[in-house]
Amino acid sequence: MTGEERADADLPVDADLPIDAVRPVRPGRWVAAAAALLFLAWLAYTVVVNQNLHWDVIVAYLGDGRILGGLWVTIQLTVLSMAIGLALGVLAAVMQLSDSPVLRGTSALYTWFFRGTPLLVQLIFWFNIGLVFPTFGIGVPFGGPKLVEWQANQVITPFTAALLGLAINEGAYMAEIVRAGIRSVDPGQREAAESLGMSHRQVLRRVVLPQAMRVIIPPTGNQFISMLKTTSMVSVIAGAELLTVAQRIYLGNFEVIAMLVVASIWYVVLTTIASVGQHFVEKRFERGHVRLPSRVRRNLRPFPKEPS
Amino acid sequence: MNERPMVRIQSVRKRFGPLEVLKGVSLDVPAGEVVCVVGPSGSGKSTLLRCVNRLETIDSGRVWVNGELMGYEERGGRLHALRPAELCRQRRGIGMVFQRFHLFPHRTALENVMEGPVTVLRTPAARARREAGELLDRVGLADRAHHYPAQLSGGQQQRVAIARSLAMRPHLMLFDEPTSALDPELVQEVLAVMRDLAASGMTMMVVTHEMAFAREVGDQLVFMDHGVVLERGHPREVLTAPRHERLRAFLGQVG
Repeated sequence: MTGEERADADLPVDADLPIDAVRPVRPGRWVAAAAALLFLAWLAYTVVVNQNLHWDVIVAYLGDGRILGGLWVTIQLTVLSMAIGLALGVLAAVMQLSDSPVLRGTSALYTWFFRGTPLLVQLIFWFNIGLVFPTFGIGVPFGGPKLVEWQANQVITPFTAALLGLAINEGAYMAEIVRAGIRSVDPGQREAAESLGMSHRQVLRRVVLPQAMRVIIPPTGNQFISMLKTTSMVSVIAGAELLTVAQRIYLGNFEVIAMLVVASIWYVVLTTIASVGQHFVEKRFERGHVRLPSRVRRNLRPFPKEPS
Repeated sequence: MNERPMVRIQSVRKRFGPLEVLKGVSLDVPAGEVVCVVGPSGSGKSTLLRCVNRLETIDSGRVWVNGELMGYEERGGRLHALRPAELCRQRRGIGMVFQRFHLFPHRTALENVMEGPVTVLRTPAARARREAGELLDRVGLADRAHHYPAQLSGGQQQRVAIARSLAMRPHLMLFDEPTSALDPELVQEVLAVMRDLAASGMTMMVVTHEMAFAREVGDQLVFMDHGVVLERGHPREVLTAPRHERLRAFLGQVG
């Protein structure tokens, strides 16, 4: 310090003035924490000692072949319907932002209808589509000749009906998420890209969508986690996913609660894995965005260290 | 070689709803010259610039750049709007630098400069990378090539933005208040790059409040107010002996 020219040297300056403050005592926080711990302990105790829960049965069925088969179907349905839903959503969002009123209208009609009717109704509808359209074919539309034709009853299995219902419904929600993401990108980005001579498609693919992803990813992760559990609705059309399988088993052995707990454990495992995955995908798309150190996290520490 | 100006703006009118922003503006920018456009905010100077590369469409009038009518084609005695691909081709030759930089935040400085050549011109990545490095060197940022825009100061971002435009080898550069969003101590580094560019013979249209730059570098000074060109001439003459009361008042305000 000495030798440096300082304009405040005439004021009283000590070499070192450490801040050695004492934290305020907050008894309310300690009481609340103790109450919460007590409640959790009581909850755990009643669950563990409860004879009606049949923990031995739960453990035995966790790795059951049928349960694992249902788990696999749940994963397939989730991943496929989210992938198709995302593709439909991007398409619908781009149509929504187009200059053509016909494309905008078509997209609006899609989201309006599939967000406006219950998913449960849509699933039952797709499963029974054969009642409305007994055959499907590729050929000349409006009653012209057909090149290929299938029976609806053969094409529409519980799995394809579930996939159709989940994916098309999901697309309607994803459309809104993608649209919000695209709109969140600064219009100046589009102008800068257009000034370089990029076409609409290049602007969207190279500049707008990569930045929109930052806004699109978090709610999409939410949708994915939600979809893991929404697949259980497919049990109404016997979709052979996790809940359907659990139900089939308890219809035989009457272990209703135990089978529901088995299914729930697997759902929690899946959503936990998905949450971790979401975290890493979000980090990937944070590129170029400098993050400020999080004060919130430090304040969340339950028992702050006493300053020494 | 010929008398054809790089930019010819003829009787351009532009209206935003009830507000007529450009009320019949005409202006020539000869090749190799630097034209500075000044005026109070709301005078229409930025809109005029954006009409040149067709970020804004015009309601009437004509804009030619490098001898080509912007946005239209005359066939059989009437105008046909150009297809999007043709418009993209026209824009390639016109660089634009914005007040708020608009660098692509998800790409490094080098990737920003490479973006145009790789995506639009299909330049091989290796060559685009080498040329982008040379351009960053030219604007004095060779050591910042792998920084993201958020890690650069405003002045550095604007220099990267200039390099990004130059990577397309434009025949015309448009500057829309390039130093207005900068802290005062960062203005000079951007103006220095622009001065070098002018000295290299680039045709430039510069909307600015930097009177010293206009006086020193400009070949022509255009004063706009309320959507019309009020005064036009050599910067030194216009600034030393302004004929219009409004230009005198404006110069008094900007110092």
